[in-house]
Amino acid sequence: MSTEIIANCPECDAELTLIDVMEGEIIVCSDCGVDLELVSLEPLTLELAPMEQEDWGE
Amino acid sequence: MSAVKTSKSMKIGVLLSRIRVEEKWLLTNLEKRGVDFDRIEDGNIQMDITNPDNWMKYDAVLERSLSFTRGLYATSILNSWGIPTVNMASVAQVCGDKLATTSVLAKAGVPQPKVKVAFTPEAALEAIEEMGYPVVMKPVVGSWGRLLSKINDRDAAEAILEHKDTLGSFQHSVFYIQEYIKKPGRDIRAMVVGDQTICAIYRTSSHWITNTARGGQGEVCPVTPELHSICQAAANAVGGGVLAVDVLEDENNGLLVNEVNHTMEFHTLAPVTGIDIAGVIIDYTLNTARGLAQSPIKIKPAESHLPINLAAYPLYTVGA
Repeated sequence: MSTEIIANCPECDAELTLIDVMEGEIIVCSDCGVDLELVSLEPLTLELAPMEQEDWGE
Repeated sequence: MSAVKTSKSMKIGVLLSRIRVEEKWLLTNLEKRGVDFDRIEDGNIQMDITNPDNWMKYDAVLERSLSFTRGLYATSILNSWGIPTVNMASVAQVCGDKLATTSVLAKAGVPQPKVKVAFTPEAALEAIEEMGYPVVMKPVVGSWGRLLSKINDRDAAEAILEHKDTLGSFQHSVFYIQEYIKKPGRDIRAMVVGDQTICAIYRTSSHWITNTARGGQGEVCPVTPELHSICQAAANAVGGGVLAVDVLEDENNGLLVNEVNHTMEFHTLAPVTGIDIAGVIIDYTLNTARGLAQSPIKIKPAESHLPINLAAYPLYTVGA
């Protein structure tokens, strides 16, 4: 069974439906396209995700 | 000698930056097996070099940092305390730096594209012209196909060299120049764990950069004795562990190792092959925690590659 959470984009205020999410996950806003980081589930907190750094990767 | 621990009596740390689909699969796998583990966010940790007490509970740490630098230094400290990591810091040191990788592959006699290195734009231009156009220039540290340049002529070479010299950090003045391999619209991504080549895929793209991070598509590639042999040689050369070996097919020289990745992504590899890649990585991590890293791993099909029934795993902060 999946878990749904409703949240708002902190950039454009679009309503987002988050399904089976975990803390630390990156969510892309379906309206404005910004990358959001789910920093906390309780309380539900979405913040703009940090920009990709030069040493990120595999 | 102490008794070998069971998976239920061990404690595993998972060092990570973000929850990507790979981390979801890994955490779900640990959870399903009933392994005691902590999710450790690399942005929150403190490590007191002279006092490892808070960390000594871990039998092994699986390193999944997005940042090469954080992962490298954290595993270096853990290893100095005697805590094994997947992968070990010495492996990250080699795999995270293309020049270090090239050097160990060359020393071990593993076939790879020709590479030249220079430290000034003038010397780099000379090296490029000696090698002949086109060439590929890469940052020594970097991933996901970022900042790769295919240089087709002298005009482009001069422009790229000036930009790198002027705009880049000091590392961009290490000019890593690689022979351009006319690959058949694809490369090979193989997963090596210990002395097993678990599986491989072709990554196909109409662009010369075939990374799936850049839109390359995956299809199953058979693990032939030849592919296994070169992948094993590459993995051994960098120090072994859980590795993704990227291989190019050259029409004249056969298989060539392009790079070896030490914190491999498998969002394409897993669904394309149907193999439980996360399960393989966790098996290896548990074997490492037991001091039995070389034990053979049974390859199993995945039940599902969809993130299913995911609970929220609490973040764990070590060191405060």
